[in-house]
Amino acid sequence: MQLALFIEQVLNGLQLGVMLFLMAAGLTLIFGVMGLINLAHGSLYMVGAFACAAVAAWTGSFWLGLVASLAAAAAAGAVVELAVVRRLYGRDHLDQVLATFALILVFSEGTRWLFGSFPLYLDIPPQLAGAVALPGGSQYPLYRLAIIGVGVLVAVGLYLLISRTRLGMRIRAGESDREMIAALGVDVATLYTLVFALGAALAGLAGAMVGALQSVQVGMGEPVLILAFVVIVIGGIGSIKGALIGAVLVGVVDTLGRFLLPQLFGLFLAPSQAGLVGGALASMLIYVVMALILAVRPRGLFAGEG
Amino acid sequence: MRGREAIIGILLMVLLLAAPVVASQAGEPFYVTLATRIAILALAATGLNIALGLGGLVSFGHAAFFGVGGYAAGILAAHAMSMEPIAFGIPGTKQMLVIWLTAIAAGGLLALAIGAISLRTAGVYFIMITLAFAQMVYYFAISWPAYGGEDGLPILLRNQFPGVNTLRPLPFFLICYALLVACLAFFALLRGSRFGAALQASRQNETRLAAVGIPPFRIRLVAFVISGAMTALAGALFADLNRFVSPSMLSWQMSGELIVLVILGGVGRLAGPVAGAIVYVLLEYFLGGMTERWQFFLGLVLLGVVLFARGGLVGLVAGRARHG
Amino acid sequence: MAEPVLAVAGLVKSFGALKATDHVDLDLKAGEIHALIGPNGAGKSTLINQIAGVLRPDAGSIRFAGEEITHLGVAERARRGLGRTFQVSSLTPEFSALRNVMLAVQAVSGSSFRFIRPVTGDRRLTGPALAALERVGLADRARVPAAELSHGERRQLEIAIALALGSKAFLLDEPMAGMGPEGSKRLTGFLDGLRTEAPILLVEHDMNAVFALADRITVLVYGKVIASGTVEEIRADATVRKAYLGEEA
Repeated sequence: MQLALFIEQVLNGLQLGVMLFLMAAGLTLIFGVMGLINLAHGSLYMVGAFACAAVAAWTGSFWLGLVASLAAAAAAGAVVELAVVRRLYGRDHLDQVLATFALILVFSEGTRWLFGSFPLYLDIPPQLAGAVALPGGSQYPLYRLAIIGVGVLVAVGLYLLISRTRLGMRIRAGESDREMIAALGVDVATLYTLVFALGAALAGLAGAMVGALQSVQVGMGEPVLILAFVVIVIGGIGSIKGALIGAVLVGVVDTLGRFLLPQLFGLFLAPSQAGLVGGALASMLIYVVMALILAVRPRGLFAGEG
Repeated sequence: MRGREAIIGILLMVLLLAAPVVASQAGEPFYVTLATRIAILALAATGLNIALGLGGLVSFGHAAFFGVGGYAAGILAAHAMSMEPIAFGIPGTKQMLVIWLTAIAAGGLLALAIGAISLRTAGVYFIMITLAFAQMVYYFAISWPAYGGEDGLPILLRNQFPGVNTLRPLPFFLICYALLVACLAFFALLRGSRFGAALQASRQNETRLAAVGIPPFRIRLVAFVISGAMTALAGALFADLNRFVSPSMLSWQMSGELIVLVILGGVGRLAGPVAGAIVYVLLEYFLGGMTERWQFFLGLVLLGVVLFARGGLVGLVAGRARHG
Repeated sequence: MAEPVLAVAGLVKSFGALKATDHVDLDLKAGEIHALIGPNGAGKSTLINQIAGVLRPDAGSIRFAGEEITHLGVAERARRGLGRTFQVSSLTPEFSALRNVMLAVQAVSGSSFRFIRPVTGDRRLTGPALAALERVGLADRARVPAAELSHGERRQLEIAIALALGSKAFLLDEPMAGMGPEGSKRLTGFLDGLRTEAPILLVEHDMNAVFALADRITVLVYGKVIASGTVEEIRADATVRKAYLGEEA
């Protein structure tokens, strides 16, 4: 097992982790501040991807597409919050699950209606199309490194936002005691819309960035959403730090697992069998890890901490 | 209010029986198949209703049990056809009774495993974890090549039931209907029993339940196991109906569909799953006939139901539930 | 000297830097009403929650009916006869008063894992449940959903449930809370007669009730027991007067 290949897989894991962090951070913020579980977050991811692909195809510029994805996702988030989500605060989780599940249907079929059933393609911008030499000799796509970089920037940005700005202060206060901040005169309604739109923008950004790596199609968001749930469960609901650590953990474990498990089984099984068995078990790996962590810490690793 | 609810329930069940019989006489087997689909989904939803309706456990992973039941049927049938034993010399079978028992056992065991971990959490954690575990089963099924993987597993000939020609639509419908009636009766008895009282109390106030000396975790786990077993039975029937086990039976969309069935009809109501299944399948058929984008409208209807019609459709007609 | 029904020894519970329970010793003897009083924030609820099993103490032991129960959960302690009422009424809101009590009867007579036989007609459940309701004066409200009962009726229902459990000891957390003078008087009279059935550990702010009922009083301040003795002793105690500073004494 070469070093180069291993490093490549670790980087891939980090890239997946970063993407999951963008999703999980929004989800955990929304839950922490508003107490709302949002199944439609995957749809916002998809909206970002479609907006980016559509605008990039139309204007020829990935960067314009990226801006469009942020705007579209944030706008979609704001509209959803104002029209639907607002009525769900304080209602029991079943109602929230159903309403946001209904939103998935509306978004998915609506997008199919607008764009048809075939996937859209998004090209990596030429500025990021190159590769970087890694220790060990292999080449690693610059674009993927850029994604990791964006993730780090967002993590830092979120940290600064939450800990240094007034908005962040209101968010932290809202997480501790919703009724109190309303009584103190904070415009809770606007705060909630802002938080939801922020989470949506992060999801849209993730969708747009990944859209250049995989295709942009309806239903691309839900598998990522479910993985983001695993991240939040591991990291602890309401904790951005937990979302970051959980996301990196899930991303790296999943990627390395898919890479290493077939090799592990290859030690004592025939190669084709090893691939199949290893692959099947690798697909279950992070859920097993989640179960193990829950056995020890039922509320996740950093529950309750910012 | 119980009276009106009972009347609606009986009406729906009579309708569900009469329509396919009439259709069969009129030589329209398609509608018999449609009714069978309704009966099976109602059965699956009744299973979920035990955990969700009575126990308040929002399981977004019941597709795992539905699918496991289907795969139980498919695997047993496949091995019966190929004459190869499954493992340890255990042969396959095409006998429905054996298949049902296997599906029930498989669903129950999986629910025991998932429940033992998930039920230690609550609220949104529980929702996310059940969703995650079902996804795990799904990914495993599509990557395990022996039983079809992504392509699914066909059941070439419908399985057998002594004395009945199961290949014909009406007899198979009657089998499914009979099982539905049996499961509805079981649900009703369960709800009124000591266990049902403890389960409903655990939904409303688990602190109070523990304070009187009944451990909520154990009650919920048993309820979850029964719930998973019943939904798995429905899965076995579904696989037989379609003569195909599709991995989509394990998907998150299926889990969502099951919850929708329960909610549409009214959470915790006996006739709820039946009403929900009827409405859902008919919507799928009629709306789906008009537009491929029928799920868009389903989404809007659901939003309407959640935001404005909180007791589901049965609730709309029968009024608020009284528990006495 | 008979062993006390309930014996708490050296109980310690901290929440971070806050010592909510600071080496508390407490016991409850047969036939007595032992009142636990103290200013707000003294840690009375934390102490009750540890005895009931909701919280795990950091150190110390709890013995009940001759058994070490420190490591048992809430349900196990309830099944052994530790009946508890809550500071804020905690009932099963959709169930009627009768069904609420029947749940307690079900818990102590036979298993809850019975899946078929209906509870509504079951005399073995309705009989004792109605009897408990009658004792607290709620028999005519038996069919009313708990959510629709008045505040005072809910306090009575909580006591009926504890009765139906056949409790060997009662932990009553502010049963008089929110009750008008009529209700308080009736409840005081009721509790007076109850002590012969099973001893009562009574947390209360209503000093009239405390002085009328208590055989012994223990005073808790900032998690520590500062005084324990008869009503007269406590009334005369200077540290107790200081601790209350301006409250009724």
